[in-house]
Amino acid sequence: MKLTVNGKKKSFKGAPFKRLIDALREDFALTGTKEGCGEGECGACTVLLDGEPVNSCLIPVCQAAGRKVETIESMGAPEKLSKLQAGFLACGGAQCGICTPGMLMTAHAHLKGGGKCDDASVRTALAGNLCRCTGYQDIVKSVVAAAKGKK
Amino acid sequence: MRGDAKSMTVLSPRSAAEAVKTYAKVPTALPLAGGTDLMVGWNLGQLNGRAVLDLSRVAEWRRIKVVGDGVDLGSLVTHAQIQAHPVLRKRFPLLVAACATVGAAQIQNRGTIGGNIANASPAGDTFPALAVYEATVRVIGPNGRRAVPMSEIFAGVKKTTLKPGELIEAVFLPFPDQTPTRGVFRKVGTRAAQAISKTMFAGLIWTAKNGELADARLAFGSLAPTVKRLYAVEGFLRGRRLTDVSIAAAAELMTNDVSPIDDIRSTREYRLIVSRNLLIAFLKGEVK
Repeated sequence: MKLTVNGKKKSFKGAPFKRLIDALREDFALTGTKEGCGEGECGACTVLLDGEPVNSCLIPVCQAAGRKVETIESMGAPEKLSKLQAGFLACGGAQCGICTPGMLMTAHAHLKGGGKCDDASVRTALAGNLCRCTGYQDIVKSVVAAAKGKK
Repeated sequence: MRGDAKSMTVLSPRSAAEAVKTYAKVPTALPLAGGTDLMVGWNLGQLNGRAVLDLSRVAEWRRIKVVGDGVDLGSLVTHAQIQAHPVLRKRFPLLVAACATVGAAQIQNRGTIGGNIANASPAGDTFPALAVYEATVRVIGPNGRRAVPMSEIFAGVKKTTLKPGELIEAVFLPFPDQTPTRGVFRKVGTRAAQAISKTMFAGLIWTAKNGELADARLAFGSLAPTVKRLYAVEGFLRGRRLTDVSIAAAAELMTNDVSPIDDIRSTREYRLIVSRNLLIAFLKGEVK
């Protein structure tokens, strides 16, 4: 089975019903994607499938065949952070960090898709991403700041 | 125990005809669309060893087709696709509003209209809207196609009236003859996103020139094993003016017509009071 992960063509030879999150973490060694609840409630495992945010814990890898998957590893590197990552760093958008990859991917899809960067729109876009450190204020602030290009 | 991927058999039909044929050969297979419900059970290890009929490659079921007298939604059309469609936004705003309350973006991007119906949860978010728009569910099976009115698709909690070997192919939404004077969808849950509803309301009314109600279609979700159209209330209101007196009588009729249950999400009493208030507020024009 072939799929594109972070711009690279990959082939997957494991069980077709393996969850996308497990294929990413175990077969492709992309451990940036985290598992929170495993039932589609928390959004920690959010990746982009053909550009749209989805819960990778709810997708068998066979449904990603022939499609484009983007994970947090595609976003930026420590020496070259993306605007969003820089925003999270500047505004204290991460605390324990488990929800952060999902928050970043969902926010990235929202902004890339032309979503508005006011507080309410960002909150709606991130409604499927839970943060149990209760850092929502700073997460929203981070996304808004990044969208407006502020540091 | 967790889901064991190696124990699963995946069947991947590429067309409607192939899907029906494959399903007939493996009748114990679990139809899979967006997976937002099935995968939750699978992750918990409840479906190990099963065969899965993955419908996601049936491209013809992904389309939204605007036809002369309505809109044909392929069963694999997602809640996100419905919200983005200009004709649906204009003509079926209650369905669009309902789709916006399903989970959050991640679920709306995966969950499908056909999967929502096949799953037959008492709390299915799209059902009150589909009920008041009088949608028809088109199913395909070994004996061909048949159209099932929304009012006949559910048999009970998590049960549809689909016959063995049948799959949902599309949902047809007929354009209303006249544009409704007023329409509202409201979902009440513990929070705006992700929550499963305690009660849900969809209502459409048509007011005649003389101020009398020409027609009303009213439905509640989460109050009964299946979506509940308030036929008695609709009949009572037809030909009447909406006044404090007629609205109070309608609310009284409604509370006699539904018998919500206590469950983990809410109590009978709460559901009844909130639902009654929703109906009254809608008829008074206080909710938009």
